[in-house]
Amino acid sequence: MEAALKKPRWALRAVVAAAAIAGLYAAGLGVQAGFIEYVQRIILLAGINVILAVGLNLINGTTGQFSIGHAGFMAVGAYAAAFTGVHLAPHVASLLGAGSTADAVTFNVALLVGALLAGATGVLVGLPSLRLKGDYLAIVTLGFGEIIRILLNNAQFLGAATGYSGDSAAGLPAYTSFFWVFFWVLVVVALIRNVTFSQTGRSLVAIREDEIAAEAMATPTTRLKVLAFTLSAATAGIAGGLFAHMQSGIRPEDFRFDKSIDMIVMIIVGGLGSISGAALGGIFVAVTLEVMRDLQQYRLVLYALLLIVIMLVRPEGLLGSRELGLALFRRSSKKPGAT
Amino acid sequence: MSEFFQQIINGLSLGSIYALIALGYTMVYGILKLINFAHGEVFMLGAYSGYFLASALGVERYSASGQSFPLGLALVVLLGAMALSALLGVTIEALAYRPVRSAPRLTPLITAIGASLFLQNAAVLLFTPNPRPYPPILREVRFTLGGVIVTNIKLAIFVVAIVLMIGLHQFVQRTWTGRAMRAVSMNMDAARLMGIDVNATIRATFAIGSALAAAGGILFGLDQITINPLMGVLTGLKAFVAAVLGGIGNIPGAVVGGLLIGLAEQLTAGYLSPDYRDAITFLILVVILVLKPEGLLGVVRQEKV
Amino acid sequence: MTLLALERVDKVFGGLRALRGVSFEVAPGSIFGLIGPNGAGKTTLFNVITGVYRPDGGHVRFDGGEIGGLSPARVAELGIARTFQNIRLFRAMTVEENVMVAGHKLHRAGLASAVFRTAAHASDENALTTRARELLEVLGLKDHAEDVAGSLPYGSQRRLEIARALMLGPKLLLLDEPAAGMNSSEAFELERQIRFLRDELGVTIVLVEHNMSVVMSVCERIHVVDHGETIAEGTPAEIKVHPRVLAAYLGQEADPGAADEETAP
Repeated sequence: MEAALKKPRWALRAVVAAAAIAGLYAAGLGVQAGFIEYVQRIILLAGINVILAVGLNLINGTTGQFSIGHAGFMAVGAYAAAFTGVHLAPHVASLLGAGSTADAVTFNVALLVGALLAGATGVLVGLPSLRLKGDYLAIVTLGFGEIIRILLNNAQFLGAATGYSGDSAAGLPAYTSFFWVFFWVLVVVALIRNVTFSQTGRSLVAIREDEIAAEAMATPTTRLKVLAFTLSAATAGIAGGLFAHMQSGIRPEDFRFDKSIDMIVMIIVGGLGSISGAALGGIFVAVTLEVMRDLQQYRLVLYALLLIVIMLVRPEGLLGSRELGLALFRRSSKKPGAT
Repeated sequence: MSEFFQQIINGLSLGSIYALIALGYTMVYGILKLINFAHGEVFMLGAYSGYFLASALGVERYSASGQSFPLGLALVVLLGAMALSALLGVTIEALAYRPVRSAPRLTPLITAIGASLFLQNAAVLLFTPNPRPYPPILREVRFTLGGVIVTNIKLAIFVVAIVLMIGLHQFVQRTWTGRAMRAVSMNMDAARLMGIDVNATIRATFAIGSALAAAGGILFGLDQITINPLMGVLTGLKAFVAAVLGGIGNIPGAVVGGLLIGLAEQLTAGYLSPDYRDAITFLILVVILVLKPEGLLGVVRQEKV
Repeated sequence: MTLLALERVDKVFGGLRALRGVSFEVAPGSIFGLIGPNGAGKTTLFNVITGVYRPDGGHVRFDGGEIGGLSPARVAELGIARTFQNIRLFRAMTVEENVMVAGHKLHRAGLASAVFRTAAHASDENALTTRARELLEVLGLKDHAEDVAGSLPYGSQRRLEIARALMLGPKLLLLDEPAAGMNSSEAFELERQIRFLRDELGVTIVLVEHNMSVVMSVCERIHVVDHGETIAEGTPAEIKVHPRVLAAYLGQEADPGAADEETAP
């Protein structure tokens, strides 16, 4: 911890934020011009994975409460965002006129609705299970993921097992772009980082380290665990919304248990409790999934072995709980130096 | 009315299988405070062991010639699969759990998830993901009792489950190893100081739990007609819920929980909708976690402060 | 005037009556000792006072209000802080962060303020750091502020638990065997620190301790329990010669400084 924290300089922050947005926009154009579509897709998936991993790490790594059903929250976010987008688009278009502004408004409102709904689901799942100590959360989230899939499989208005692709034959609109994915990466990383490095974040780590002592220090443990879980679910919801709008339709099958395992691998590889580690893990999984595309059937076997071997050999992951570029992460500017 | 009794019979037989699997979860949790995620896969591989043993013993020849598989050979299949699974359980413990026993709680939880995934997907690679018809180790004979259809398979499920449960109870209460298990589950350090070989006791726990799961796997195959590499996921989960419902760590609780889950599932499928037969289990889980987290027969255990 | 009053407190574990009708009163500003042979129920008393256990009978009153059965977090909020016999630090966090965790009262701005890194957040963080450093200085840990708590030597870990408890800004501090595992010079330094806490910070202190020289030197009143029952209370001079106390300890405490654990099921 540095000496006295300085007062925030809002003007400077505004400049930094504007520069970041301009930089993102330029980078987006560059990526579009410089890479074939296949590579662009991997880059987008990597960004979405970073959101998933950084969010999941808040509850699994920082707070030490293990969720293994986060694909369920991603599914809630994906379906909610897709559904909202489809039904909102005509209204926004009639207000603003069809075009990229209307699309951006529709898309971001849809993402927020997805995040809200995923977060609300997080409260529902978290409240009963987080009151208890131990591994119950793992089993409840696993069961919850299954229930979500059963419900989606039976939800006629969401296309049931064939999936949801909106009302038009073209499927869901392809709102998801480099700019928006990495805009949300910055927002989510900034949010999680600012929560982690605060009194709330310290309390979350305290809960992980010794819940009984944390309680004796007047820490509202249940409230904080539910808060962390809800934030984590909401970020998974955003990732779901981004994911939904990069393909023509989403199916319940897209959010199977495998997806939750991918997320666990991301945070274990990078090191539980490290934001930059989680981000690295997210990129690692996006790339290896593509490299192993031809070995799909071996992927989960390899992931399983990877989990066991990392735990046996280097349980702290690549980074442990350290942060890469600590100075950048710790600076009190609003936008941390995300990769 | 006869339909109701039919559902009860079906629910109890399904519940007996859940109970056999739940015993393994509850015994391991009692000793290591670990959710043995790989237990569902041990159940699945137990079913496959039975499948291959029965083939090796020529079950096809018997059924092709219209004869039924001799009861003695059926017992060999059952016991052989139980022995193989016991070996598997002990191996999983040695490779994935023992090295991380003293690590923070999350570490064994993650290796457990890893072991489960590994076995599941290795099975997909080895056996293909397609369901296989289970060999007729017992040829189905139906008889009707006052409008309720009972098959010899259902009866076999009851008999095998009851015999194994009584055997387990006697073992845990009467034998030296059983007493050691109870001692280790109460206080591992004290048990070690009293000269109990803790590692051997944990091995025995895994062996017994896995053998029971294998029996459950074979009975499940007979009852449900087909098996597949992913059958352990949902069934294992339900059996775990059964263990929580009865009171995790509590052996009679696992039996009671298993039977109740089986009944709830069957009655939901019969009277509400088959779509919700899986969802009811998780509803029960949430309700029990909210109202009585220590389970029906469990006692509140307070962490020492 | 009493700060803490126990009235006929009972606690039962299964068939074991761990506490039977224990009553005592602690005056504000005093240093109060709670002693007894192993398994007498001292830690159980702490756990009942701090809400870890719910009493099965009787009353626990603090600052005029009933606190029996409240949650540990609520009891801590009301102003009772504690340390643990089997040290419970947040081992992976730094020494300073351990202390800061307990600083809820200095943390006024909400989570939104942290998210947007407002001025209120910065001033909270500064207040927390400043207070944590002051307390670490009092306990002689200032030079270790950046160390990982789990890496500290045993005696320092015990002192860090005290610093963390003080960060709550408590009216009453419960110390569970603070001198366990300390050598005699460390124990002597601890005596000085305990007096300092009372004299300078105005904290009332209840102390469970096996090191009799520490107890006799810092406590003004001593309450003695055995088998969950009160057997004596008085000044150190009275307790030293009390026949029931001597009988209870005879043969059991040949080595009063031995590190030993009380059995709370």
